[in-house]
Amino acid sequence: MLTRQWVHGWLLLMPALTFIFLFTHIPAVVTVWNSFFSTARGRRPSVFVGLDNYERLINDPVFWKVLSNNLWFALGTIPTSIALAIAMALFVNRQFLGRSLVRMAYFTPTVLPLIAVANIWLFFYTPGFGLVDQILGAFDHGQTNLLGNPDTALAAIVVVSVWKEAGFFMIFYLAALQAIPPQLAEAARIEGAGGWTIFRRITFPLMMPTTLFVSINAVINSFRLVDHIFILTAGGPDNASSLLLYYIYETSFRFWDTAYGATLTVAMLALLCLLAIGQFFLFDRRVHYK
Amino acid sequence: MTGYDRALTILGAAMLAALWVLPLIYAVWTAVHPSEYEARFVLTAPLTLANFIEAWQAAPFARYFLNTFVLVTVIVICQFVLCTLAAYGFARYRFPGRDILFSLVLLQLLVMPDILIVENYGLLRRMGLVDTIAGIALPYVASGFGVFLIRQTFMTVPQELDDAARIEGAGPLAILWRVYVPLAKPVYLSYGLVSVSHHWNNFLWPLIVTNSVETRPLTVGLSVFSAVDSGVEWSVINAATLMTSGPLLVAFLLFQRQFVQSFMRAGIK
Repeated sequence: MLTRQWVHGWLLLMPALTFIFLFTHIPAVVTVWNSFFSTARGRRPSVFVGLDNYERLINDPVFWKVLSNNLWFALGTIPTSIALAIAMALFVNRQFLGRSLVRMAYFTPTVLPLIAVANIWLFFYTPGFGLVDQILGAFDHGQTNLLGNPDTALAAIVVVSVWKEAGFFMIFYLAALQAIPPQLAEAARIEGAGGWTIFRRITFPLMMPTTLFVSINAVINSFRLVDHIFILTAGGPDNASSLLLYYIYETSFRFWDTAYGATLTVAMLALLCLLAIGQFFLFDRRVHYK
Repeated sequence: MTGYDRALTILGAAMLAALWVLPLIYAVWTAVHPSEYEARFVLTAPLTLANFIEAWQAAPFARYFLNTFVLVTVIVICQFVLCTLAAYGFARYRFPGRDILFSLVLLQLLVMPDILIVENYGLLRRMGLVDTIAGIALPYVASGFGVFLIRQTFMTVPQELDDAARIEGAGPLAILWRVYVPLAKPVYLSYGLVSVSHHWNNFLWPLIVTNSVETRPLTVGLSVFSAVDSGVEWSVINAATLMTSGPLLVAFLLFQRQFVQSFMRAGIK
């Protein structure tokens, strides 16, 4: 009887696990393995090169550039979109005329493909012609080229990502807000607490699990989503707006250096694990309300 | 709550909302007006559908729509079947290695196939599936997220219902189909909506796998179309952009509440 349970259990899992292992776990392991080999080119087969790829990685200025870009991208995107998401949730949590319209406005960018979003914003950023320049032009500001300037390209991309993601995070905060018992705020108000104090002392701490969840999601997304880079800047100018996954794509599918691509992927995997562990410990002490 | 405070909140909410829809409104504006009005905002500007027609004829969007439709349907159906079976196994069976396997499945929430493009492409090439819709779909047909979501729901189903069905002589699959699946309907709706919008919008992996009109989904088709920047007018590109996101957008406007609740439910579990 017990063994039959085992067999049934295993059979139920088998189809899904086959695909999950085939396209996630096995590739992850093989990627690590491949990073110790050279890329096969023409008649030269792939050979074991030990740590050569990693040596190249450490000495690759572009790798460090995209890594720091990714860091700045995450730092620019995540706190801003979380702050905006909380503001949106607080707004929409009130009763007022047109509330569902406002909520729809916040959430709509989430439904759009990132590629479409990038197209729309590319038009915004068009030098001399796009809406950004038209608005600035009204204030007698000269022509800008936000995407073509190494100093502003990444920031311009951060803005697009914030626009896309804030509404998505809003709904989690909305759910969290609705789960907070209203008596807490009432009690605080009787004690004479103002709106800001209530938010800082009651609402925000109670939403900490949501913040943890959202920020993990956001960090993963900041590594995983690079679609808009293709449309907006193609990583340029001079890699100023390239992110790690985009660099992996370029290395592996434009220059067909798959061994180095695998090495870059290993760096990405290591980083993701590190972040997951770090975030877990960092937040663990502050999240009491699970 | 003072009236002043309240008015300020509503004002803030409305201003942020206006800022948030501005890009979209602008895209709609350029798409439904002749290109002379791309940057001139006069209410009397003549409305036109010419941009949409031009975009539709300039690239094989009908084919792209079909490809995306097939792709999304295949993925969602496979996900439902595979994830349901696995979720049932994890929720109601005891066997050695279950917890280890489950944590391995959860690992996919962190390390997604999206990141492992180099090795997955190599695998696909060895399988001879490059440039096929099946090739785009395969890495996603089983999802750790789906298994997790459905398992959570199955665990809330009372064991007594399961036992009762078993006493009446129903086999494991019959129990799953008659007891568990009907009770989990809202979760399937949520997961379905999230999954459809995710795969409708997916870009990087399809870009790598496909290189012909017959397999390209909408997102890749759109990027190919707008990359030909020689001569294609912005109004036409914006029309194409809206067209490709159109079905999702319309579905969202119609089922706004379900969408929001679905994403919420999918995230909270």
